[in-house]
Amino acid sequence: MDLFRSASGKAATKELERIDQLFYSYSNESSGMIDPEGIEHLCSDLEVAHTDVRILMLAWKMQAEKQGYFTLEEWRKGLKALRADTIIKLKKALPELENEVCRPSNYVEFYSYAFRYCLTEEKQKSIDIESICELLELVLGSQFPQQVDLFIQYLKTQIDYKVINMDQWMGFYRFCNEISFPDFNNYDEELAWPLILDNFVDWVKSKQI
Amino acid sequence: MSLLINIDASLSCWLLYTAVSWAWGIRLTLIKMNERKTINLEQGRDFMQKGITKLKNILEGLPEPQFSSEEYMMLYTTIYNMCTQKPPHDYSQQLYDKYRESFQEYITSTVLPSLREKHDEFMLRELVKRWSNHKVMVRWLSRFFYYLDRYFITHRSLPPLNEVGLACFRDLVYTEVNGKVRDAVISLIDQEREGEQIDRALLKNVLDIFVEIGMGQMECYENDFELSMLKDTAAYYSRKASNWILEVSCPDYMLKKVQNELLSVYATQLLEKEHSGCYALLRDDKVVDLSRMYRLFSKIPQGLEPISSMFKQHVTAEGTTLVKQADDAASNKKAEKRDVAGLQEQALKEAFEIFCNKGVAGSSSAELLATFCDNILKKGGSEKLSDEAIEDTLEKVVKLLAYISDKDLFAEFYRKKLARRLLFDESANDEHERSILTKLKQQCGGQFTSKMEGMVTDLALAKENQSHFEEYLSNNSNVSPGIDLTVTVLTTGFWPSYKSFDLNLPAEMVKCVEVFREFYQTKTKHRKLTWIYSLGTCNINGKFEPKTVELIVTTYQASTLLLFNLSDRLSYQEIMSQLNLSDDDVIRLLHSLSCARYKILIKEPNTKTISPTDTFEFNSKFTDKMRRIKIPLPPVDEKKKVIEDVDKDRRYAIDASIVRIMKSRKVLGYQQLVMECVEQLGRMFRPDVKAIKKRIEDLITRDYLERDKDNPNVFRYLA
Repeated sequence: MDLFRSASGKAATKELERIDQLFYSYSNESSGMIDPEGIEHLCSDLEVAHTDVRILMLAWKMQAEKQGYFTLEEWRKGLKALRADTIIKLKKALPELENEVCRPSNYVEFYSYAFRYCLTEEKQKSIDIESICELLELVLGSQFPQQVDLFIQYLKTQIDYKVINMDQWMGFYRFCNEISFPDFNNYDEELAWPLILDNFVDWVKSKQI
Repeated sequence: MSLLINIDASLSCWLLYTAVSWAWGIRLTLIKMNERKTINLEQGRDFMQKGITKLKNILEGLPEPQFSSEEYMMLYTTIYNMCTQKPPHDYSQQLYDKYRESFQEYITSTVLPSLREKHDEFMLRELVKRWSNHKVMVRWLSRFFYYLDRYFITHRSLPPLNEVGLACFRDLVYTEVNGKVRDAVISLIDQEREGEQIDRALLKNVLDIFVEIGMGQMECYENDFELSMLKDTAAYYSRKASNWILEVSCPDYMLKKVQNELLSVYATQLLEKEHSGCYALLRDDKVVDLSRMYRLFSKIPQGLEPISSMFKQHVTAEGTTLVKQADDAASNKKAEKRDVAGLQEQALKEAFEIFCNKGVAGSSSAELLATFCDNILKKGGSEKLSDEAIEDTLEKVVKLLAYISDKDLFAEFYRKKLARRLLFDESANDEHERSILTKLKQQCGGQFTSKMEGMVTDLALAKENQSHFEEYLSNNSNVSPGIDLTVTVLTTGFWPSYKSFDLNLPAEMVKCVEVFREFYQTKTKHRKLTWIYSLGTCNINGKFEPKTVELIVTTYQASTLLLFNLSDRLSYQEIMSQLNLSDDDVIRLLHSLSCARYKILIKEPNTKTISPTDTFEFNSKFTDKMRRIKIPLPPVDEKKKVIEDVDKDRRYAIDASIVRIMKSRKVLGYQQLVMECVEQLGRMFRPDVKAIKKRIEDLITRDYLERDKDNPNVFRYLA
């Protein structure tokens, strides 16, 4: 039993060591974190665009707090969960990560994480329209392409809102899931939908006329 | 018009007498028919002429004794006899002609010349007097010639005497002068728009003529007067380039001017339509409210059609639903008469509320109601009405307020107008001002009127303060500013917010401000004074070449004029930079001094509008027959600001209401929250559901609330 334990223990330690080493190969010496430049290197090694949603998923897996940066703790957490201690293993883990994220039980969490990840300033509660449009495309673009397209169009043309908050962000996801498209037949504005969605539906309907 | 009264009083006696003597007349005729001497035409006409001349003298105010009962009888009987004589001596036709000729002769020889030699307001007064006199003359002559009305006119289907008489005035006088009259009226109205006080009673009387001349038809009023009035209104306001005012001024004007009788004609017509179209839900007291409402708004062009049809639709729809409900209830044997009646009343109340709150011609009913109050309460408004009549009207207004959903909007408009009345001394009667506040307080609660009451009290305190100031000055003659200064200190919280601009005061006034500031320091150190120059007035002497004229102007205007003490000629730009005001203000100021009625400054080029390239010069040749004139400065459009302020206050009110509700309930469904919010705020205004939604969102962002994780339609209070 001792042998067995010490063997798995040694393997685990070895894994951790390799994970750490991988970290240091990308991290910035002075800050001790992987910064945007480091992330770019990581991306090219993974052969993934740094604007790819899978990097965002990776960040989610790490529960990274600051956009564009990975700390050692976060890196360890993420890679350990993925059981990847080399670049090749990490690359191979990406498709499975995608599947994991897209499981309905996880997706809401990922979706809300994506919003929080973009709150770069302290005490920031909302994200500007332009960034939201990009984020929407990135996160929901493949799942609900038509709704996302239309909503982005609306956001860009309307003038009432300059920023979107978390409640509105989450509301849109619920909207895509619950409301029939493109007729919006089951949309009831007397319910507690965020006002921006009431306006969005009105806007679409007026266009259809 | 004491002459009128005498005649009228005696007239009623004669009426009685006529009835009696007519009865006698028959008997006399029957008995004395054969004994009667035939009156020939010449004789008869001469005799009648004497009576007519006597009447004319009385009307002209000449020393002429009143008609005795005998004289009256003789005139009347002469006519009677001449009509009942056997042919060829039955002179009915000739007498009918004579009747008409009497008017024609009097009008051409006396009335028309007297009108032609007068102009403007004097002409209007003369017209009103002549029309009054004419009506009296018609009444009297008709009595003399009464017998014609009984048989001759009916037999020949001719216009009755009354109509003939009035038509003479219309054909001879009205057709000639109505153009001049209309122009004079419109110019009076323009004067009022420029801020001067005019004789509104005179205007009302003149307009009455337009209406009465129509003799039941509104054509004369509409065609001759209303059309030009509207055209002129359009021209006037399009010059001011404010489209919204165009729509408001018509109803605004109508509210001021339209008669009661006229309105009730329209009200009845409409109500009858409604009766036929409505499901029979109308209860008596509601009809009274409805007709009151119609009376207020019915003269607005095209304003009433959409309202009445929508009202009809709603009530019909409600009615149909109720009938079905009643049917269902009856079939279920659960019908309770009380419930159905309650539902009926509810539906009617709702329908009436919808009707009340439809905006009319671009103005909300809240604003119109406030304007209506302002007109009653300000000087020159309703001084001809008795105190009871005014009290009664104010009572009705307050009752009507119950149906208006934007009570807070009404309050704000009312407050703004009250401020103007108080500060510019335009209030007609202090008692009435206080009375309506009491009524509003009873109806809407103390909070509604607390600010307004504060304003009225402020003025009383300000007077006291001023007398202390004057005492201070007499005790410290060395600090006297050399100009008579009256300062009214207001409590900021009570009064509408006024923007205070950094007007560059002329040196003389700067000293005044300093002196007062020092005095105020002696009274209290804990208060901050902010000077609102836009509300001040100045009396300044303009030393013009012909003669010195005292000008009553606003502080802004005075500051502008005093600039010309130092330079003869100034450009627009120079004036603007020296005064340190905005373009809008400078344009308004300069317009009032160079392009309006009194041209104190000469503008180059001499166009009707101000442009930034103009130059101005002191008009040393200016003069007026009066020694003191008021140069009005039209007020800025307050409507937009009032609506903005009220919207802002509403946002805070909705926030507070939502937080209050959520704090006590902790967890609440969205629809429930909205319902309670609407109910809480209903006393002051009807909150828009979208507005409530927006505030909820805002409160979520500010971490007051959150959405429930399991049910997105439920909210939780975050402590």
